[in-house]
Amino acid sequence: MSGFAKPLKIALGLAVIAALIIVPMNFNRYGLFILSQWAVMSIAAMGLNLTLGYAGQVSLAQGAFVGIGAYAAAIMTTHGWPLPAAILVAIALSFAIGWVLGYPALRVQHHYLAFVTLAFSTLAFLVFRNESWLTGGIYGISNIPRPHILGLATNKPLPFYYVCLGSLAIASLAVWWLIRSPWGRAFMALRENPLRAQSLGVDTRRYTLMAFAIGSALGGVAGALYAPLTQYIDPVPFNLSLSLDLLMMVIVGGAGFYFGPFLGAMIAVLLPEWLRFTEGYYLMLYAVAVMLLLIWSPTGILGILDRYLAERRTKAASALRAVAKSRLETVQ
Amino acid sequence: MSAVLEVTDVKKSFGGIHAVNGVSFDVREGEILGLIGPNGCGKSTLFNCILGQLTPSGGEVKLDGKLVTGLRPSELNKLGVSRTFQLLQVFPKLSVRENLILAGQEHQGNMASRLVGRSDAGLTDAANQMIGFFKLDHLADEPAGGLSYGQQKLLDAAMAFMGGPRLVLLDEPAGGVNPSMLADLKERLVAINREKNATFVVIEHNMEFVMSLCSRVMVMAEGKVLAMGRPEEIRRNPAVIEAYLGH
Repeated sequence: MSGFAKPLKIALGLAVIAALIIVPMNFNRYGLFILSQWAVMSIAAMGLNLTLGYAGQVSLAQGAFVGIGAYAAAIMTTHGWPLPAAILVAIALSFAIGWVLGYPALRVQHHYLAFVTLAFSTLAFLVFRNESWLTGGIYGISNIPRPHILGLATNKPLPFYYVCLGSLAIASLAVWWLIRSPWGRAFMALRENPLRAQSLGVDTRRYTLMAFAIGSALGGVAGALYAPLTQYIDPVPFNLSLSLDLLMMVIVGGAGFYFGPFLGAMIAVLLPEWLRFTEGYYLMLYAVAVMLLLIWSPTGILGILDRYLAERRTKAASALRAVAKSRLETVQ
Repeated sequence: MSAVLEVTDVKKSFGGIHAVNGVSFDVREGEILGLIGPNGCGKSTLFNCILGQLTPSGGEVKLDGKLVTGLRPSELNKLGVSRTFQLLQVFPKLSVRENLILAGQEHQGNMASRLVGRSDAGLTDAANQMIGFFKLDHLADEPAGGLSYGQQKLLDAAMAFMGGPRLVLLDEPAGGVNPSMLADLKERLVAINREKNATFVVIEHNMEFVMSLCSRVMVMAEGKVLAMGRPEEIRRNPAVIEAYLGH
């Protein structure tokens, strides 16, 4: 989002961070739960934005990776392991599985790839539901403990919200670093023109697999936080509809924009809550709002802002050219 | 002069069509070799076979005496073989400078250093130099997709040189470029050829451009080499006149 002055951007960023820390102090249990869910879903959507938005690889399996992370955390923490260890295992596990899931992407693209990942999503759901010895089957896993961080208990909603927010901050910094590194540029090259990228020495195979693996790992992190957030998991929340929800968050927020997933997750998690006063109609209103948005701006919310800034820059540039031209004419 | 590239009996068939049907030639260090021939004679297919974008059905390709047939395009590029495309192939959403940094970054360090190191892979200066060399200064921060056709062609060529290649295959660099820009492009290519000791193979239909730029010209027809020689020899060759140049 070039076009804003840098100090203004920094001030805006600090204000948002301060608000996210201070405002929820007065929230009730439910409000904090929703906000924590926003933070967790933002992490998962950020991962999908990396795979889909930056590297251009369609995936309908992000929900499955949230599930993998959630089950890893649930199983480990109920057996006495600390949450940070469980998060590391969730990262490693979803990174490895995401890497393997990337192989089909080396052969098929677009909706064909979507179907491959969709099949994986179904497979993961069946494992969560049927392998009761590990996952508790349809009864799920309950009494998932919340962690002690630096000796402080995070059982209460507010401290655990801060755990989620802190994790979101770390994940955001990592992703920010990644997309501004040469890797991020290579991911975008993969999306925009893989043929040209190859001829410039970009190892498209390795970057494709990495895009899947890192995106999936972020899904795993989100899952590892989701389990102690709800303190009870069963297979249902991790079925295909979660993958579709995450996809919608990325598209609505603006695929390939850094802040897209934050906005997308806000709309997907918070908007239905705000619309609750309409009672039976809230999901319908929500669906209509999403449809209208995508008709107006297929590139999502940040696509609107991007278009506006690009327009303003073009106008400014042509104004400068006009001034330069009139000066030339005056000299002559 | 030693051969940078040796192509021996390369063949490529698509079904029953022999697009490239046993082509052999070599490219000498530092030369600019022209490659001409009617549309559909197999020039671009030959390029794609050399560059690993297609796997030849037969024959071999050697770079500096080493067999490179079957290597992936990215691997060949890292060995110093670069290319431009017939149709525009820039990254439209990245700025001109970002396009150039991308074009060079995979030649710097390794995967790990590209993740933890500087975001420009230390290439901003090199990119700016290239921008200056191709006179794209005023467009450095513009998205490449917003450039005119001719400017994108220049950028495409500039990108091919970012990794410091030894051998560059240019597929119709002059196509759709206006005459004054074309003179510019030729001047740049000659300068890079001399100063950086880069070897070129150029596919082109613009005869004036080919004949004035290249030290040798190879003519292809129907998947085979019809003639090879200095431009003035080619111009007088009866078979070439019959098949391509016309009377």
